[in-house]
Amino acid sequence: MRRFSWFNATSLTLGFAFLYLPMIILVLYSFNASKLVTVWAGFSTRWYGELLQNEEFLDAAWVTLQVAVFSSTLATLLGTMAASVLVRSGRFFGRTLFSGMIYAPLVMPEVITGLSLLLLFIGIGLDRGVFTIVLAHTTFSMCYVSVVVSSRLSSFDRSLEEAALDLGCSPFEAFRLVTLPIIAPAVISGWLLAFTLSLDDLVIASFTTGPSATTLPIKIFSAVRLGVSPEINALSTIMIAIVTVGVITASLITKRAAVAQQRDEQAAIRSV
Amino acid sequence: MNPRRIFLIAVPYLWLLALFLVPFLIVLKISLSDIALARPPYAPQLDLSAGWNGLRSFFAALDLENFVFLTTDDLYWKAYLSSLQIAAVSTVITLLVGYPMAYGMARAAAEWRPTLLMLVVLPFWTSFLIRVYAWMGILSGEGVLNQFLLWTGLISAPLTILNTNLAVYIGIVYTYLPFMILPIYAALEKMDDSLLEAAEDLGCSRTTAFWLVTVPLSKAGIIAGCFLVFIPAIGEFVIPSLLGGSGTLMIGKVLWEEFFSNRDWPVASAVAIILLLILIIPIVLFQRNEQKQREAEG
Repeated sequence: MRRFSWFNATSLTLGFAFLYLPMIILVLYSFNASKLVTVWAGFSTRWYGELLQNEEFLDAAWVTLQVAVFSSTLATLLGTMAASVLVRSGRFFGRTLFSGMIYAPLVMPEVITGLSLLLLFIGIGLDRGVFTIVLAHTTFSMCYVSVVVSSRLSSFDRSLEEAALDLGCSPFEAFRLVTLPIIAPAVISGWLLAFTLSLDDLVIASFTTGPSATTLPIKIFSAVRLGVSPEINALSTIMIAIVTVGVITASLITKRAAVAQQRDEQAAIRSV
Repeated sequence: MNPRRIFLIAVPYLWLLALFLVPFLIVLKISLSDIALARPPYAPQLDLSAGWNGLRSFFAALDLENFVFLTTDDLYWKAYLSSLQIAAVSTVITLLVGYPMAYGMARAAAEWRPTLLMLVVLPFWTSFLIRVYAWMGILSGEGVLNQFLLWTGLISAPLTILNTNLAVYIGIVYTYLPFMILPIYAALEKMDDSLLEAAEDLGCSRTTAFWLVTVPLSKAGIIAGCFLVFIPAIGEFVIPSLLGGSGTLMIGKVLWEEFFSNRDWPVASAVAIILLLILIIPIVLFQRNEQKQREAEG
């Protein structure tokens, strides 16, 4: 039996207060009428209005969204391929190097990843902008995707796929009809992870972008370097709201999908 | 090997070679070059049109001068040491904050655990930059924390926290806390409670049982959590530049400034190479811990 003591309750309360209070304070102050972020002067949505009229922020948000959609989709494709290579391809020439290159970007400091990619883009004379940020983000997020997907793939019962092959499926059909639906939750969470990593990234984007493309984190960083700004509070609140709704919805959907899938898998195994 | 398999291996392989390994080799090469007033601002350039002789003179011009420079200027080794120190101190504080939380979560009723877990993970999905920024408004001179402390009468003059190392510690602990909690929770959650009962039956007090049974059984989680905080904290850039002051030396910030402000690409590259060499030790230890854990689980 597990005993939940007063000590446990206190440490959870204090811990979650520490995790959430800063964000709650940020959200509260985004509704502050005063320009001085430290003085409370009544409720107002003034900063939201100003934010929505600020072309620079809107442009930056659009660039960020484009980069995130393209890079996370590309990263999901490449990461899923890499995961299937890691889990299933057995031995091949250069396998150690391959798995090294999958895991190394996960621990590589962002400043180094950013610096090295920038030097590459300059070396081959590629114009820096949205395209180079997409390349950079795809490269590091595909590694995260492949870690997520490969953990799902390695627990997957391969006999289901073999059965499909025996029943006349081509390897591609077997993948599309059997494997993909089973690993889908991992692929989706990989995509979401890649998407948020891309939305979030300041350092790598700063290195790999050119004058033509400014992402939201770059814009936020240059604005807050000088101190707290009420517009950024409003922007942060919007972003926190989107993430909260997104994560809760996603976790409900994946929970439902996981239950349904477990049922299907078991039904399939029983009928074999 | 069938063509399908070759395709499957080749695409991600070539992508990573071109956009991970090659860039890294370029950094290595530039770290051995000299700064030059040219575009790009370093020399020598590899000129393949000059054939074998060009290649030979290219390699002859590479040297370790930048690395020697890093040892002669105090700034760099102080920045490395202070990064290690800041990362180590923050890791210990994160452990002290995170362990009781993970422990509380593992003790909570089973139906509460998924919710608690989601509450730990949720901040991780929120923008890192925003989470760091949130502390700027709290820690500043007229910030929420100082106002609160002045109001309670605990202090009579505002404390200077923002732009000090203390703010950097708070920032690192705050942003990396989920990385500490999750592996410790995973270890504690699957612990067999009958072991604790056995210890108590054999005469241990609850506290002794905690130190003799619970802590050793969560050791792998503690080690994993510490590395997951320590490794990224060393190269941190955003936290020291927003929360730290001019006295906060961290190598990620030094590299950034070397590149963007001083435009000294060779030195920036050398700084990066040394940072990687330093990181290899904790990364290898971390991997070994993970390996051991996997083997223990069979």
